[in-house]
Amino acid sequence: MDSTKKKKLGQYSAHIVLIVASFFFLIPFLWMVSTSLKPLTQIFTFPPEWIPEPVMWSNYIDSMTYIPFFTYLKNTIIITVLSTLGAVISCPLVAYSFAKLRWPGRNILFIITIGVMMIPGQVTMIPLFLLFEKLGMVGTHYPLIIPAFFGVPFYIFLLRQFFMGLPDSLREAARMDGAGEFRIYWQIMLPLAKPAVLAVGLFQFMASWTDFIGPLLYLTDSLQYTLSLGLQQFQSQRGSEWGLMMAVSTMMTLPIIVLFFFLQKTFIRGITFSGIK
Amino acid sequence: MNGNAQKLDPIKSSETPYEKQLKLVPKKKKSKWSNYKYGILFASPWILGLLIFYAIPLFSSIYFSFTTYSILQPGEFVGLQNYKDLLSDSLFWKSVYNTVYFAVFFVPLSIIFGVALAMMLNMKVKGMAIYRTIFFLPTLVPHVALAVLWMWLLNPGFGLVNGVLNTFGIEGPAWLGSVTWSKPSLIIMSLWGIGQAVIIYLAGLGDIPEDYYDAAKVDGANWYQKMRHITLPLLTPVIFFNLVMGIIAAFQQFTLPYTLTQGQGTPANSLTFYVMYLYDNGFKFFKMGYASAMAWILFVIIMALTALVFITSKRWVHYQGK
Repeated sequence: MDSTKKKKLGQYSAHIVLIVASFFFLIPFLWMVSTSLKPLTQIFTFPPEWIPEPVMWSNYIDSMTYIPFFTYLKNTIIITVLSTLGAVISCPLVAYSFAKLRWPGRNILFIITIGVMMIPGQVTMIPLFLLFEKLGMVGTHYPLIIPAFFGVPFYIFLLRQFFMGLPDSLREAARMDGAGEFRIYWQIMLPLAKPAVLAVGLFQFMASWTDFIGPLLYLTDSLQYTLSLGLQQFQSQRGSEWGLMMAVSTMMTLPIIVLFFFLQKTFIRGITFSGIK
Repeated sequence: MNGNAQKLDPIKSSETPYEKQLKLVPKKKKSKWSNYKYGILFASPWILGLLIFYAIPLFSSIYFSFTTYSILQPGEFVGLQNYKDLLSDSLFWKSVYNTVYFAVFFVPLSIIFGVALAMMLNMKVKGMAIYRTIFFLPTLVPHVALAVLWMWLLNPGFGLVNGVLNTFGIEGPAWLGSVTWSKPSLIIMSLWGIGQAVIIYLAGLGDIPEDYYDAAKVDGANWYQKMRHITLPLLTPVIFFNLVMGIIAAFQQFTLPYTLTQGQGTPANSLTFYVMYLYDNGFKFFKMGYASAMAWILFVIIMALTALVFITSKRWVHYQGK
């Protein structure tokens, strides 16, 4: 066998292996969408059928009235947008200070910041709950939003590494021109850090959108629920409405998938940066 | 996160040649505050955040773990009683067993599958971007939705998994309804979402210089030898990172088993995970002192395991250029 033939054969077998493996990852998705469009009678058939007959778009409408879908969606959006805003305002500011400004205790505080990432959330969970209870914030969205405005150690760490890589000469030049520290940060350094800030925003968006234990702890009134908590409650009350539950699952996954397709590079770069650098 | 700590570049002094030069020239001494003002001002949100959301809760949590505190009553100091009670709490040990069972199977499997998938996705074939996207998609599914989806896939009567097994003439188990199969079910659905680790492995593979493979080819090495002596050793720093992260995540497992069992840990507590039992104690039974003691035991376990991985890493992790 000559080498081009061998190469072609290798290509084909690689494709076959990849396609077979892809199926395992893709099928649960297709099953989710397929079930979400099935009538009840077709859901409970064995062996299972793939193609919905008839296609029940009404499952989507029904699920939105069955649970207060838009209320949950609104709550999720409020929490996600505000906490993401908080993280992208506070974290770069702090990270920049760690990377480029000089002040006593800076290095020790940075080491503590890395140490804090090691603390499991369960350790601080109970005192934090009691704190928010004292502040009268249990049963509101605040406990899920406010902490982000004070900085998140992992994001501060990522951004600090990024700022470290930016040259000091830019800062010097701007200072020579008489720019103050705030202007240097806002007009020169922050724009340069845009890819890293975007990655951090994306991480926080994902974390908030999919968070379950936070809403479970702090939200007491069902009108304040997020989609995650709403879906879990729906499931525990009406566990056999698979068509409706798959419709809700599809709808809450869709925004993330859309975001992924727009910001694919940021996603991948963010993940690899956190793992390697 | 630990993997990072080790490779951090030493914190450099941000003094620049320009500033050094300035120092040589005697100048009017400005007050210290005006030098440091901006640094502290910029860092102030986090200085506050560190105190309010980390330091104070951390220390009060230690204190709570020695008390019978609950949200209903102030509670009293009981010394090590909570810790002693835990040692004789059979459900505590059950939750430890379940969590360790999950970690022992899931973490190694996720490394084996993760590395294998990354190698497949690193092949030079057309359309690789599409394949990579497919493998990454499951990580985008929120955990509650993932749990609900897999409950349906693994439904004993009408689920797809048993449907497929049936066409091969195999009668599928009751999966989440079976004491034997509930934890393996959880492992399977967790493996479905390993795309994030795969991305990190892929980046690690991309960092291996092509020269090594060229040299091995000249020496007549076959596929297995290349993998055994080039790819795997040079991938160990990334495996190390994913191992640490995997252990930490496995011990904090909560959302999946909670959603799958409506917080009950059914059947027969076979899905009562450590953090679930901690949550029950703190927020269902309001035994917050007891739950705090559990949180500290968890912290110690995670720290000990991470330290263990770090100590052994000198033997098996190879950094390039060393």
